[in-house]
Amino acid sequence: MSAWAQHLPALQVGVPLLTTPIIVLLRPHGLAWAAATLTSCFTFFIAVMLTLAVLDGQQVQYSMGGWPAPHGIALSVDAFSAILLLIVTGASTVALLAARQIVNAEIEASRQPLFYTAWLLALAGFVGILVSADAFNIFVFMEISSLASYVLIAGGSDRRALPAVFKYLVMGTIGATFYLIGIGLIYLMTGTLNLADMEVRIREVSDQKPILVAAGFITIGLALKAAVFPLHLWLPNAYTYAPVPVTVFLAACSTKVSLYLLLRFDFFLFQPNLLNHNIQFSYFIMPLAILAILAASSLAMIERNLKRLLAYSSIAQVGYILLGASLVSLIGLTASVIHMFNHALAKAALFLCVACLATRCVNLRIDSLRGVAKQMPWTMAAFLLAGLSLIGVPGTAGFISKWYLITAALDEGLLGVGLIVVVAAGSLMAVYYLWRVIEVAYFDKTNEGTKIVGEAPLGILVVCWLVVLSNYYFGLAPWLSTTLSSAAAQILLGQVP
Amino acid sequence: MDWLGVYYYWAFAALLMIGFYAVIAKSNLIKKLIGLSMFQSAVFLLYITMGKIDDGTAPIYHEGVSQQIFSNPLPQVLILTAIVVGISTVALGLGIIVRIQEEYGSIEEHEILGIDER
Repeated sequence: MSAWAQHLPALQVGVPLLTTPIIVLLRPHGLAWAAATLTSCFTFFIAVMLTLAVLDGQQVQYSMGGWPAPHGIALSVDAFSAILLLIVTGASTVALLAARQIVNAEIEASRQPLFYTAWLLALAGFVGILVSADAFNIFVFMEISSLASYVLIAGGSDRRALPAVFKYLVMGTIGATFYLIGIGLIYLMTGTLNLADMEVRIREVSDQKPILVAAGFITIGLALKAAVFPLHLWLPNAYTYAPVPVTVFLAACSTKVSLYLLLRFDFFLFQPNLLNHNIQFSYFIMPLAILAILAASSLAMIERNLKRLLAYSSIAQVGYILLGASLVSLIGLTASVIHMFNHALAKAALFLCVACLATRCVNLRIDSLRGVAKQMPWTMAAFLLAGLSLIGVPGTAGFISKWYLITAALDEGLLGVGLIVVVAAGSLMAVYYLWRVIEVAYFDKTNEGTKIVGEAPLGILVVCWLVVLSNYYFGLAPWLSTTLSSAAAQILLGQVP
Repeated sequence: MDWLGVYYYWAFAALLMIGFYAVIAKSNLIKKLIGLSMFQSAVFLLYITMGKIDDGTAPIYHEGVSQQIFSNPLPQVLILTAIVVGISTVALGLGIIVRIQEEYGSIEEHEILGIDER
């Protein structure tokens, strides 16, 4: 490794964090957008370099300021964090590339540099959670990303975003505080905050009860942040009333980062050290996952607003991710991690189509999209193709994760058959709710009096198609995503890859 | 087990639940935020109490004085950070409440929900 390559984990967080004060000062607002996009591209580049290092089999460890762990602050990147880093930085970059016109239309020029600053802070928070190997630093980064996301969601012109974001703030803070209580209890018993050190010292703890309570607090707190089914109430309105580029960004990564933490803590810290905790985890998470798939998909079927429809679909997809994890098997976890990647691709593509529609349509109710395919053929074609990936049609990225999920379920005997029925039912519901949009857009006559003028701006459309095509690329050549996610599953189960 | 001997943990739990109750039960957004703030403060107290050692002093080394007992300074340092996070959250929450008042003319949750449904 060359000299500067050693510092990549620190740069991954440092670059977006340290450019924020510059972006606040940049005028005119176009410059702020350009600087934010450039920074985001650069973070994506660093994530790619880190992924290459991980694929090379290197142990990417970094001690801040040269102080060795466990006393110093450690950063580490493995296959699990690498795949999430790709998702987060990639989603941020494509969303920013598509953001300019929509942000110009929705936010006044003087506030735009602040908007992009909040964006980069959110990005820095997310990548900070992923590279950090210290439980308390994770909390701080979690709060940085959350506070910045609240600002982003409330940044638009829709006033209904304000009550939605207040609800998100309250529930998000409760989730983060629960996490803090859990960390406090573990610290009380072990006296350390470094995750690797914690794992070693938990084994020596004689009284397991506080650790079990900590596991409960951390699981519930992170489930709240990840919008696991009955704790999802903040998500639909927050996604619906946020500016569309923000929805693209957050829908692709915010819940995934919390799920990453949930899996990392549970599999890395609690399951090897608490008696029968893998069974507790499985029995607790699996019903929630099944409920998420069935209930959220049903809600999506009757929803009339396109953005909220896709938001409910996101909650259902969190269900698929947890369903794979709740099997506590190598292939189940692989399915879980790969679905994080593939769902981020599909949902980013769909929300980018929504961004295209938002530039031309008055509102995003499904009724008002009648006949829109005649005016915007490229947008709706992209929507159709991305929808196929969300459903999981062979040849798309979504198919790969469904395939892994079904293979994992088949190992479980009779229970597995039931799970396959659930997955199939969820996919059929996805066909139904996406078909409603396609049907209205392609086969209905245009509403009288609506003036939809032509195709979306080329800039957004190109980005949108780029993401749609990557859905097919990772569906046909899934080498990268499968390699990383099976390595991640091995790490989570404590098998050396 | 001596239940009363760990009264400071009872204080933590009681404060936590009072705050949590306010967040869930109150309709006024400011009261919700006060509850949220109490909820966070309770956790700060949990951290502070765990660092305290009987007869422990501030961890400052005096030359010549041996056998001092120090309190654990790390939880206090952590909580300094967490307090900053808490303040930012409350400040942002208040900012959002001001904007809600401007847009809706009310900070009662049930009224705000009613306004948008109309």
